[in-house]
Amino acid sequence: MAWLAPYNYWIFVFLMMIGLYTVVARGNLVKKVIGLNVFQASVILFYVSMGKINGGTAPILTGDPDTVYSNPLPHVLMLTAIVVGVATTALALALVVRINDAYGTVEEDEVQEMDRAS
Amino acid sequence: MNPLLANIVGHFPILQVVVPLVSAPLLSLLAFLRIRGLAWIVATLVSLITTVIAASLLASVWGGKVISYEVGGWAAPWGIEYRIDTLGALLLLIVASISTVTLVYGRSSVLQEIPEDRHPLFYTAWMLCVAGLLGMAVTGDAFNVFVFLEISSLSSYVLIAAGKRRESLTAAYRYLILGTIGATFFLIGVGLVYMMTGTLNIADMAEKIVAVRDTRAIKAAAAFLTVGLALKFALFPLHLWLPGAYTFAPSTVSAFLAATATKVSIYVLLRFDFIIFGQATPVAGLHFSQFLMPLSLAAIFAGSIAAVFQTNLKRLLAYSSVAQIGYIVLGISFANEDGLTGGIVHMFNHAATKGALFMAVGAMVYRLGSAELHDLRGLGRRMPLTAFSFFLGGISLIGVPFTAGFISKWYLISAALDDGNWPIAVLLLLSSLIAVIYIWRVIEVFYFTPPPDGAKTREAPAVMLAMVVLMAAATVYFGLDTRLSVGAANEAARILLSGGLL
Amino acid sequence: MTGIFLTDPITLSVAIPALGALLIALGSRSPNLRETMTLLTATALAVNVYALLPDVLAGGRPATAWFSILPGIEMAFRIEPLGMLFAAVASLLWIVNSVYSIGYMRGNREHKQTRFYVCFALAIAATMGIAFAGNLLTLFFFYEALTLVTYPLVTHKGNDEARKAGRVYLGILIGTSIGFQLLAILWVYASTGSGTFSDGGLIANSFTGAPVGLLLILFIYGIGKAAVMPVHRWLPAAMVAPTPVSALLHAVAVVKAGVFSVIKVAVYVFGLDLLAREASADWLFYAAAFTVIAASIVALRQDNLKRRLAYSTISQLSYVVLAVSIYNPIALAGAAIHIAAHAFGKITLFFAAGSIYTAGHKTEISQLDGIGKRMPITMIAFAIGSFSMIGLPLTAGFVSKWYMLSGAYAAQHYLAIAVIVVSTLLNAAYFLPVIHAAFFRKESAESAAHPHGEAPLPILLALVTTASLTVALFLYPDPAIALAKMLAGI
Repeated sequence: MAWLAPYNYWIFVFLMMIGLYTVVARGNLVKKVIGLNVFQASVILFYVSMGKINGGTAPILTGDPDTVYSNPLPHVLMLTAIVVGVATTALALALVVRINDAYGTVEEDEVQEMDRAS
Repeated sequence: MNPLLANIVGHFPILQVVVPLVSAPLLSLLAFLRIRGLAWIVATLVSLITTVIAASLLASVWGGKVISYEVGGWAAPWGIEYRIDTLGALLLLIVASISTVTLVYGRSSVLQEIPEDRHPLFYTAWMLCVAGLLGMAVTGDAFNVFVFLEISSLSSYVLIAAGKRRESLTAAYRYLILGTIGATFFLIGVGLVYMMTGTLNIADMAEKIVAVRDTRAIKAAAAFLTVGLALKFALFPLHLWLPGAYTFAPSTVSAFLAATATKVSIYVLLRFDFIIFGQATPVAGLHFSQFLMPLSLAAIFAGSIAAVFQTNLKRLLAYSSVAQIGYIVLGISFANEDGLTGGIVHMFNHAATKGALFMAVGAMVYRLGSAELHDLRGLGRRMPLTAFSFFLGGISLIGVPFTAGFISKWYLISAALDDGNWPIAVLLLLSSLIAVIYIWRVIEVFYFTPPPDGAKTREAPAVMLAMVVLMAAATVYFGLDTRLSVGAANEAARILLSGGLL
Repeated sequence: MTGIFLTDPITLSVAIPALGALLIALGSRSPNLRETMTLLTATALAVNVYALLPDVLAGGRPATAWFSILPGIEMAFRIEPLGMLFAAVASLLWIVNSVYSIGYMRGNREHKQTRFYVCFALAIAATMGIAFAGNLLTLFFFYEALTLVTYPLVTHKGNDEARKAGRVYLGILIGTSIGFQLLAILWVYASTGSGTFSDGGLIANSFTGAPVGLLLILFIYGIGKAAVMPVHRWLPAAMVAPTPVSALLHAVAVVKAGVFSVIKVAVYVFGLDLLAREASADWLFYAAAFTVIAASIVALRQDNLKRRLAYSTISQLSYVVLAVSIYNPIALAGAAIHIAAHAFGKITLFFAAGSIYTAGHKTEISQLDGIGKRMPITMIAFAIGSFSMIGLPLTAGFVSKWYMLSGAYAAQHYLAIAVIVVSTLLNAAYFLPVIHAAFFRKESAESAAHPHGEAPLPILLALVTTASLTVALFLYPDPAIALAKMLAGI
C-alpha cells in the first residue's frame, strides 16, 4: 500500500477532479462556481500539506536550535490565493446575478438558446 | 543627474507597477466624489507616465543588460526580485503604449457605450488590468506572476462584462471560468516546481532545477504550467473564451485586450519554458516548447478558416487572433533563434496590427452601432480614413510586404527552412492565402458594394480617428523600420536560448 | 550610398510617380489640373529615366540603397541593362498612355477618374521599383505593390462582373506570389544568405541537380504576372477593365513586370550557364512552348477583340520565356528586345481596340467588317501592331524574332525553331482576318445604320505615336540591341 502513503496528494487529486468535473458537467451557472471553489480549495490543500514537515511546529522562534519548523512560506502564499479565490467567487456570483437579470435564468443551455435566437 | 531624479529612476521597476496600481483606488474614489469627468484624464495621464517609464526601462536594458530590483530591499532569492531584460521591457512598452493609445482613442467610445456614473469604476478596472499585465512582465518571482495574472484577469472580466449587450455577461462568465482554471493550473505548476526546488525566484529556480531535472514532478509541473498558460493565451483548442469575449466587450476594451493580454501570458510561458524548464530533461529529447508545434499549426488553420465564415467583423478579428496566436506559438516552438525572433517580433507586430484593426472597427461601431458586415457596405466612401486604416491592418495580417506582418512571416518561414522543415514553410504560406480570403471579403464590402440608401455617415471624432490612423501607420512603419522590433526580439531570443544567463 | 535622397535619379524614378499620384489626388476637383499633373509627371519621369541611359550604355551600373529592412537585407537598387530597357519602355509609354487615357476617359465619361489616375501613377512607381530592384526582396516588395495598386484599376467598373474578375486577378497573383515566389525567395536567402542579383548567377555555385529545377518551378509559377499556363487565368479575367488599363496591364507594366522578373531571375539568380547545364531546368522550354501554341489556338476562337488580344498577350509573353529557356545568349538578347517590341505593338493594338469602342461602341470582331473606311488611321495602326505580333519586317517584332531564331539555331535547338514558326503562322491566322475584314469586307447593314467617324484626337495621337514607335524600333534598334547584348554578355 505504498502508493497510498502520500495520502494528502490523493485527497488533493480527488478534490481537484470533483471540482473540475462539476465545472464541466453542470449546466447551472452557480454550481459551476461552486465547482470552481472546490477546485481552488484542492490546490490550497496541496500547498498547505506541502509545507508541513513531520514533527515540525509552528514557525515561531523558540530559541532552541533543534526545533523543527514547518515551512511557513506555502501557507503565506495560500493566504494570497484565498483572497484571489474570494474575489473570483464574488465576481463570478455578481456576473450570475446580472445574467439572471438579463436572461431570467441561470441555466447555461437556456442562456445559449436565447443567445442563438437573437 | 539630479540626485532626487536619479533616485526615482532607480525605482522605475517598481514604479512601473505601483503607479497604475495606486491610481486604481484613487479613480474609484472619484466615483464616490461624483467627479466623473476627471476619471478619463487621470487614467490617461497615469497610462502616459507608465509608458514613459517603460520606454526608459527599455532604453536602459538595450544591448543585453538586465535590471534586477529588490522589492523592499530584501535580497533575492528570499525577497521578491523584479527582473527586467530586453524581452520584458519590450512587453512593458507594448502594454503601456497600447493602453495609452486606446485610452486616448476610447474617450468618445466609452462615453457612448458605458453609463456615465460607471466611468470612474471602468477606468479603475482598466488601470488594475494594466498594473496586472505590467506586473507579470516585470516580476522575477513565480508566485508573484500568479498574483499579477489574477489581478489582470479579474479586472479584464469586469471590463468585458461592461459591454452593452447581455451577451457580454455570458462571455465574461465563460472567460472567468476558463481563466480561473488556467490560473489555478498555473498555480499547481508553480507549487510543484517550488516543492522540488524550494525557491520561487525564477532565476534561482533555473539553477536549482538542474539537480532534479529528471523527476516526474518537474515534467508534471511543465505540463500544468503550459496548459494553464495556454488557456490564458487561448491556444487552440483552449481558445473557446476568446471569440465571445472580444466580440462583446466594449470596443476600446477589445482593442486593448486583443493587443496586449494574450501576449503577456505567452511571455510568461517563454520565461518558464526556456529559462526554467530549458535546464530540465525534456521528454523524448524535445524541448518543452516543441510540443506546442502541432497545436499552433492547428490554431493557425482553425482560426483562419473560422474567420472566413464570420459575418460580424469583431468576431472575424477574434478568430483571426486565434490564428495569430498560433503563429506566435509556432515561432516559439521551433526553439531556435530565427523562430523565437519571429515569434517575439510577431507579438509586437500583432499587437500593433490587431490594435489598429480593432480600433478601426470600434470607430465603425461608434458611428453605425454595428459591426455586422451587412451594415458596413460602402464604408470606403462613408468613412474613408477608417476603412483605409482597416485595409492597412488587414494587409499586415496577410503579411504583404511593407507591413509589419511581413517581417514576422519572413522570420517564421526562414526558421522553418533553416530547420529543414519544408512542410511547415508551405503551410505558413497557405495560411496567408486564407487570410487573403477573409480580409478581402471585408475589403470588397467596404469598397465595392454601394452604401445602403440614405446612409449618411461621417468619420469618427477627430481624436478617435487620429489614433486609428496612428496605429495603422505604425503597422506600416514597423514593416519598414525594424530596428526596434527585430532588434529587441532578436536580443530576447538570444537571451532565452542561453537560458537567461546573460 | 544608403539613405533616401531625392537627388538620386534611381530614387527619383520611384518618387516622381509616387509624388505625382499625391498631386493628382490633390487636384481631384479640377479635371484639367489633374490631367496636366499626370502629363507633367509622366514627362518628368521619362526625362529622368532617359538621362540615365547614356551612363548605362557606357557600362555604368548606378546603385543605391534606401535602408535595411532586416539585418543584412536592404531595400537596394541597381540599374543593369535589362532594367534600363524596361524602365525606358515603361516611362515612354506612360506618357502616350496618359494622353490616350485622357481621351478615353473623357470620351466614355468614366466615373472615379481621380482614383484611376492616382492608381495609374502608383502602378508606374511600382514598375520603376521592379525595373531597378537590386535584390530579390526589393523586387518582391514592388511586385506585390503593383498587384495591389492595379486591383482598383481592374475593378474600375465596380459591377459584379468586375468584382469577380478582381477576385480572380488578386487571387491568382497574390496566391502564386505568396505561395511560390516568396517560398523561392526565402529558399534562396536561406541557402545563400543573400538575395542580391549578381552577374553570373547568385546560386550558380550553391545549387545543383534537382533543386535547380524545383526552384525554377517555384519562381516561374510564382511570377504569375508572366502568365505561363496554367497561371494565366487572371489575364483574360482582367479584360473587364477600361481599355487604358488593359494597355497598362498588357503592354506597359504588369505582364512586362512578370517576364522581366523571369529574365532577371534566370540571368542574375540562376545564371544562364547553370540553367543550360542542369537537365532539371529543361522543363521550362516545354511549358513555354505549350503556352505559346495553346494560347494562340485559344485566341483563334475568340470573337471579342479584347479577349483575342489577351490570349495573344499570353502567347507573346511565353515567347519571352521560351527565348530564355533556350539558355543561349543570343536568344536571351531576343527575349529582352521582345519586351520592348511586344510593348509597342500590343499597346497599339489595345489603343486601336479602345478607339473602336469609343467611336463605334463595337467590341466583337464580327462587327468590324468594313470599319477600315470609317476609321482608317485606327485600322492602319492596328495593322502595324498586328504585323509586329506576327514578326514581319519593318516592325519591331521582326528584330526580336530574328534574335530568338538565331539563338535557337546557334544552340541547335530545332524544336524551338519549329515552335516559333508554327506560332508565327497561328499569329497570322488570328490577326490577318481582322485586317482583311476591316479593309476588304462590306459593312453590315446594322453597322451602316450607325455611322461614326474616328475616335477623339488624343486617342488618335497616342495610336499614331505607338505605331510609329513600333516601326522606329525596327529602323533604329541600336540602343535596345546594345542593352540586350550587354545583358547577354555578347
